[in-house]
Amino acid sequence: MNLTLYVWRQNGPEDKGKLEQYEAKNVSPDSSFLEMLDEVNQELIETGGDPIEFDNDCREGICGTCGCVINGQPHGPQEQTTACQLHMRQFSDGDTLTLEPWRASAFPVIKDLAVDRSALDNIIESGGYTSAYTGEVGEANQTLISKPDADYAMDAAECIGCGACVAACPNGSAMLFTSAKVAQLATLPQGKIEAVERVNGMTEAMLNAGFGNCSNHYECEATCPKGVSVKFIAKLNREYIKALPK
Amino acid sequence: MILDGKCPSGPIEKSWDKHCFDMKLVNPANKRKFKVIMVGTGLAGGAGAATLGELGYNVEAYCYQDSSRRAHSIAAQGGINAAKNYHNDGDSVFRLFYDTIKGGDFRAREADVWRLAQVSNNIIDQCVAQGVPFAREYSGLLANRSFGGAQVSRTFYARGQTGQQLLLGAYQALARQVKAGTVKLKPRTEMLDLVVVDGVAKGITYRDLTTGEIKSSWADAVVLATGGYVNVFYLSTNAMGCSVTAAWKAVKKGAYMANPCYTQIHPTCIPQSGDHQSKLTLMSESLRNDGRCWVPKRKEDCEKEPGDIAEDDRDYYLERKYPSFGNLAPRDIASRAAKEVCDEGRGVGPGKRGVYLDYESSIERVGEDTIRERYGNLFDMYEKITDENAYERPMRIYPAPHYSMGGLWVDYNCMTNVPGLFAIGEANFSVHGANRLGASALMQGLADGYFVIPNTISNYLAGVKPGEVTDEHPEFAKSREDVQARMDKLLNVNGKRSVSSFHRELGKIMWENVGMARSKESLTKALQAIPALREEFWQNVNVTGETGNRNGQLEDAGRVADFLEFAEVMTNDALNREESCGGHFRTEHQTEDGEAMRDDENFTYVAAWEYKGEGKAPELHKEPLKFENVKLAVRSYK
Repeated sequence: MNLTLYVWRQNGPEDKGKLEQYEAKNVSPDSSFLEMLDEVNQELIETGGDPIEFDNDCREGICGTCGCVINGQPHGPQEQTTACQLHMRQFSDGDTLTLEPWRASAFPVIKDLAVDRSALDNIIESGGYTSAYTGEVGEANQTLISKPDADYAMDAAECIGCGACVAACPNGSAMLFTSAKVAQLATLPQGKIEAVERVNGMTEAMLNAGFGNCSNHYECEATCPKGVSVKFIAKLNREYIKALPK
Repeated sequence: MILDGKCPSGPIEKSWDKHCFDMKLVNPANKRKFKVIMVGTGLAGGAGAATLGELGYNVEAYCYQDSSRRAHSIAAQGGINAAKNYHNDGDSVFRLFYDTIKGGDFRAREADVWRLAQVSNNIIDQCVAQGVPFAREYSGLLANRSFGGAQVSRTFYARGQTGQQLLLGAYQALARQVKAGTVKLKPRTEMLDLVVVDGVAKGITYRDLTTGEIKSSWADAVVLATGGYVNVFYLSTNAMGCSVTAAWKAVKKGAYMANPCYTQIHPTCIPQSGDHQSKLTLMSESLRNDGRCWVPKRKEDCEKEPGDIAEDDRDYYLERKYPSFGNLAPRDIASRAAKEVCDEGRGVGPGKRGVYLDYESSIERVGEDTIRERYGNLFDMYEKITDENAYERPMRIYPAPHYSMGGLWVDYNCMTNVPGLFAIGEANFSVHGANRLGASALMQGLADGYFVIPNTISNYLAGVKPGEVTDEHPEFAKSREDVQARMDKLLNVNGKRSVSSFHRELGKIMWENVGMARSKESLTKALQAIPALREEFWQNVNVTGETGNRNGQLEDAGRVADFLEFAEVMTNDALNREESCGGHFRTEHQTEDGEAMRDDENFTYVAAWEYKGEGKAPELHKEPLKFENVKLAVRSYK
């Protein structure tokens, strides 16, 4: 396969940045999207060019490091698939692809396709945990958790923190990310005790970081590589209302 | 030199409790005066940094990823072992201890393994309290599954994402400490030197991967939780950023590397499809609970569609060779068996390097929905990569480098031979012997992080004056100069070959000569090829970009340069160990039916290697292993 790429090149957060054209030649349909970029970089290195910087690590769709906007869609066209698990057979010979970083005011560009997502860590640091000291806990099976509750919590906990939801949202909202952790912990008995402080702390951190609010576009769910559902945003809103001073 | 592991004496059942009581403590009010550096934030590092923070120490936690939530522990799929005996199937701390010692082919320290088995139950309690959404029964109780190398059901899991959920539990505990101000996170940094002052570890030098700055930080103790080194094979199941670099820098400052030849080749990975490939993808061992491994009995059937091969013409080779463990034979044995049938020309798929893992009979037995619930995400991942539907057609799998049992030599306190330098999780060598059982890596990471290091580091710090050496000390400036000089050296080669081409070539040398089967001949060949490749690297590598900026090529170049040195020590270890045990299979040492043959008389020891400089042979130090609670026996899974 041969493809034409338009790739966002930006030398740092202050640089203006622009799209540049590259040709990806003789791409194997069995290679992953990132392996295709590896080969483009390989050629850039051999011809004295500057390789494209992009974040990636596990390359099996779980660490949440990779991702860029491919033809307007975060992680590209395949449903529930991270960029590293997207394979080139999803495209056709002669296709043109435009590659951009996650665009959101809370995610400054570091270089090219790599962005700074530490705002997501700040949200977790603002309450996305239970305050269980190591060692000070009871026997695991003393607290029963119904299977539906455990499954619901797990559905939410599948979030990999990649930030595609933010990139897909016209408001640059991190509601899907935040709601996934709020919903997981609010559903489990271990997390219920601190539910009020958690939802207040995390939503405040979300707003302070410059993420927008949810206005029900559902682009986040559509783009989420783990299929995290917008029903958790409804749960977040319920938890938020429950936490309002009476 | 004979090394002393400093294991506690007396009955093993009481060894850890007694040791905890015997260790010195640091007064709660004094803890905040001590600074501890944690390098790596996976299960061991994340759990350790969080717990040390909870105790009141000043912790700095470093990771190369952009967030501490992304360490490669996250990719562990299948589960975590614990001796809860919830199923009343005869499990106990002793059985978990025994299975781990036997699974490691009698090459691990008894006391360390006992401690691991003992705290395994606390880990599950801790994770549940953190809100880790483990799988549950309809009763509301925790669910279990079986894993290789065990005949009891002791593995706890969260769908196919157990590592992710456990890591997020540790990450959240860490986030809580960040908020409390006890832990400072340093993401996007890479440790590039260990600072040693008067023989004691006192800090690190690191590169800020965003700005390219070289900085140092002092501490009263340094803990490496930096994972394993199987990316030395280039293609492995490890993440792209996993490397031996942090551990290797410690080795160059005097720490010993123990049993580096013990590498785990995981039996169930997706076979390689072509030369473009950058990594291999693991399919959880839990798949072997319900999947059956087979290849055609006759070579000429290999090209046929699997559905066209009659039941009688299939060789379910694991069930045939190991009737009592069957498809749940331990990893090293299952991997070698797969290699064997492929070497016989009976492999399937591209290049005939693959075997089938078949769900047909399980789907008939329990239904497709149940299989989907158990392994749905794995089947999906398989389809994305191979474009094949494993509900309808058997998966193709082949072994791939996955885990390193070897690592930095540590004593019972997880301290290396360099005082003040600790190593935990996969970065040390201590509990898995020559082969790790499934669902034991998560157990070890969290055991070391939550329960071992918080105790043993206090014992060390109780004898240290806090802040005695800071980064004002001239060793720190010297360390930064050394690191900068190496960066400049890499950038100034200006050769013709890319970094990754060297990594690929090294990987090929290692996989072919120091892989699943090794011989004196292949190892000698590797020992000639590695230094030659290293020499070419330093003459002909092309590293683009500059130091003072984000530069992925420079990061990779540094890691590959370290692998090129480490690989030689690893090969020397494999050559020295004239026996077969666990993941280390020397073709000269096998039984008539092709099983590993240990030499207990001459090799019941830990081989700890001291680096003596480039071009010089590393020096071997031995730690004899004693078995007082388990009888040395031939490891049989028949």
